[in-house]
Amino acid sequence: MAAGTAAASAGLGWVILVRPARATPAAMQDAIGRVVGAARVNPGKVKLELPPLSENGNAVPLAVKVESPMTAADHVRAIHVFTEKNPLPEVVSFHLGPRAGRASVSTRIRLADTQTVVAICELSDGSFWSDRADVVVTLAACLEDA
Amino acid sequence: MANALVNVPQRARRGEVIEIKTLISHPMETGYRRSQLGAAIPRDIIRRFVCTYNGTEVFRADFHPAIAANPFLSFWTVAVESGTIAFQWTGDNGFSVTESVTISVD
Repeated sequence: MAAGTAAASAGLGWVILVRPARATPAAMQDAIGRVVGAARVNPGKVKLELPPLSENGNAVPLAVKVESPMTAADHVRAIHVFTEKNPLPEVVSFHLGPRAGRASVSTRIRLADTQTVVAICELSDGSFWSDRADVVVTLAACLEDA
Repeated sequence: MANALVNVPQRARRGEVIEIKTLISHPMETGYRRSQLGAAIPRDIIRRFVCTYNGTEVFRADFHPAIAANPFLSFWTVAVESGTIAFQWTGDNGFSVTESVTISVD
């Protein structure tokens, strides 16, 4: 296990040297700030589901769910997903409404590295809620030649 | 060129929340990769997906390069009335694909 971890971190070091442009946790905070503005982001309500370990960063299943009655008075307006080490911090934005019926969306994303993924949901009352998930990626996305 | 698959129940009870699954073939080229000759491969992704139910938008997604190739989406909507559920994907290089299904609600 220790040898495996050492090999993995050596591999990651190589990746960092080769790839110039990548987001950082600070860039992710900036991207979140552009969406949220001055509003406070509270932990809770939204649930981000990602596998804790992914063998292939090219297609990682992602599911986000928000506890919400999804009525005209109380619904989820949007769900945004961010990563801290992909080339771009933004991953996807889902725009929902009362007609969505259930605030549950799933898709497949790319992850360039072992990192933290953050989901932020915006409710109809203007409040923001977040959840985060750590994913270990053994084969990073966008390394192979075309 | 682009092949879109959508999975929507053909019938539903009024007020039922139904799941919609979509899959479209698209390389989602990130713009961060290089060819074997070192030339940058330009970005070519789907930027937006919109689902409308009898003309009313019920779900929309904005994609970035971090969406995997052949974008898959699963989401939900309320079956309010019989009619058409339409899907549209638009993206770089004038990419635009539409697909629609009919649903009967009783």
